[in-house]
Amino acid sequence: MQLTVEEQEMLDGKYGKGTQIAMKIQVALGEVFDAPKMVPVSRTHVALSNQEADLWFVEKLVNAGARCKISPTVNPGFNLEYFQCITTISKEDEQTIRRTRQAYKDIGATLTFDCTPYLEKNVPRFGEITAFSESSATPFINSVYGARTNRESAQSALCAAITGRTPLYGFLLDENRKGQVLIDVQADVKNDFDYQLLGYAVPKKLQFKTPVFVNLPTDPSPAALMNLGAQLNTAGNVPMYHIVGVTPEARTVEEAFQGDEPERIITITQEDLDQVHSEITDPVGKIDFALFGCPHFNLNQVAQVADLVKGKELKVKLWIMTSSLTKELATRMGYLETLQAAGGDIVDDTCMDQPCWEFLYGKKGVTDSPKCAYYTKRRNMQFVIRKVEDCIEAAMRGEVS
Amino acid sequence: MSETYGCHKVSEGVIEGEVLISTDDFCFYLVDPKTGVVIEKNHCLEGQSIADKILVFPSGKGSSVVQADGMYQLKMTGKGPRALIIKYPDTVLVASSIIMELPVVDRVPKDFYEQVKNGDKLRVDADQGILIIQS
Repeated sequence: MQLTVEEQEMLDGKYGKGTQIAMKIQVALGEVFDAPKMVPVSRTHVALSNQEADLWFVEKLVNAGARCKISPTVNPGFNLEYFQCITTISKEDEQTIRRTRQAYKDIGATLTFDCTPYLEKNVPRFGEITAFSESSATPFINSVYGARTNRESAQSALCAAITGRTPLYGFLLDENRKGQVLIDVQADVKNDFDYQLLGYAVPKKLQFKTPVFVNLPTDPSPAALMNLGAQLNTAGNVPMYHIVGVTPEARTVEEAFQGDEPERIITITQEDLDQVHSEITDPVGKIDFALFGCPHFNLNQVAQVADLVKGKELKVKLWIMTSSLTKELATRMGYLETLQAAGGDIVDDTCMDQPCWEFLYGKKGVTDSPKCAYYTKRRNMQFVIRKVEDCIEAAMRGEVS
Repeated sequence: MSETYGCHKVSEGVIEGEVLISTDDFCFYLVDPKTGVVIEKNHCLEGQSIADKILVFPSGKGSSVVQADGMYQLKMTGKGPRALIIKYPDTVLVASSIIMELPVVDRVPKDFYEQVKNGDKLRVDADQGILIIQS
C-alpha cells in the first residue's frame, strides 16, 4: 500500500506508540482488502461497548499515548447514576463503566453515549468519507445520507479516529456501492415495525450482496430506515442498501444498479415476514417488563409511546432508551412526565446489552426490536417481539397474547 | 496422504486443528465463553462447541462491537477456535481477528470446499497462504 510521508511516519512511531498501533492495524486491514492507499476521514463513530475487549483496547491505546485526531462520537454503555437509584450495580461493573468513560474521555472522544449519532450530532453530507462503526449507523450513513463508510468495527473506527485516515476500499469506492440484488417487496409494509421484519428476513437470502428494494413506500420515517439498517446487520452483514425513490444513490432502478442488470431477484412476501416474526419471538404469555430503544428511540418514537400511555396505567415497568439530547427534549415537552405518570421511564446513555439490566435476567419482556431480543440471549432475557402499539397494550395488561 | 490448497492471509499465524463447518454466517458473541458452545437460536451449529476447532464459515455477522467482545472472551477462557476460514471477509471480522491475533484466511479454491468435511485434520498457514488437509 502506498503511504504518504506523514502516514509512514505514523507507522514508524514518530507520532507515538498509540498512533503507531492504530496505523499498523489499518495497514493490515488495507492489505487484506487490497487498498492502494489511505484517505482522510472527516467524521468517526466508535461503537463503545463497555465490555472487556472494548476496555482492553481503548486503555491499551490511551496508555500508549494515543489521542484522536477526529473526535468520534461513541455508543452507550450504561447510565451508572440512574441504575444505582433503581437497582444494585456490582462493584466490578461500576469499575468497568467508570474506566470505560475515563478511557474514552482521555483518548479525546465526544461523549455522546448514543447509538444514533447520525440523527443529531454526527451528520455527514453526501459523499463525505467517514469511519462509522455501530450496526445501525453504518447503513444509515451509506444508504440514507449517501456519505461513505465501510462497516467498521469499534476498534477499526477508533484507529481511524486516531490516525484521521482509513484505507481506501469497499464502500468508499463508486463501483462497490452498486446494487446487486433486487428485492421485490410484495409484503404489506405499512409501519416502522414492518421494516424490522423486512430487515431481518432479507440477509439469509442475500449472501453478502447489496440489496435494492423496490415496491416500498416512498415516505419512510427516519425510524423505519433506522430499523431496516439495524436488523439487516443483526441477521446479517449489510453495510449499504438502496430503496428506489428514497435513498440518494437510487433515484431509479438503473441508477441503483449503475446501469447493470440485477444478479438475482428476491421476492419478499407477507408470509416471509410472518415466518421470520414467529421464528425470532419468544413464546407469548405473562411479561415482566417492556423495553424500547434498540437502536435508541428518536423524539417522535418517544412521543408515540407517551401518547399511547397518556392517562393510563402500566402493569409492568417500561423503559425507553435514548440519547441524552432526546431525553432533555422529552423532559421539556412533557413526554417524560406523561410516561412516568403511567409507570414508565426514559433512560439515556444506556444500551440493552449491558450488565445494568441484571435485575431482568431470567425474566420475559416485550420489545419492538429483534436486535434487542437477539443480543440479550447472552443475558438470559426473553422477549416477545411486537409492534410498538401492541407492546404498550401488553404492558398495560402484563401479558402478551 | 495430504492435499494442499492455496489461500490468502487475512490475519497472520500458523496452526493445526480439526475442522468444523458452519453453513450459516457466524457471530462470536452468540457463543458461551465458558464452554465454546454456540447458543444462537436456529443456528446450524446451535449446541455444538467451537473450542479448538478450525471454523469454516461464509461470513461474519452481527454488530460492530460484539465480534471482538465475543472473540476476546473466548480467547481469555481458551474456548475459542484455533483459526477461521472464510469466504467473504468483512471489516468487523477482519479487524477483530487481527487485534485478537486469531489466524484467518480467505480466497480458498472451490475444490477445498468440495473436499473438506467435519473432523478433518487441517493445517492453516496464513503467512504462506497454504491449507493442508491431513489424512
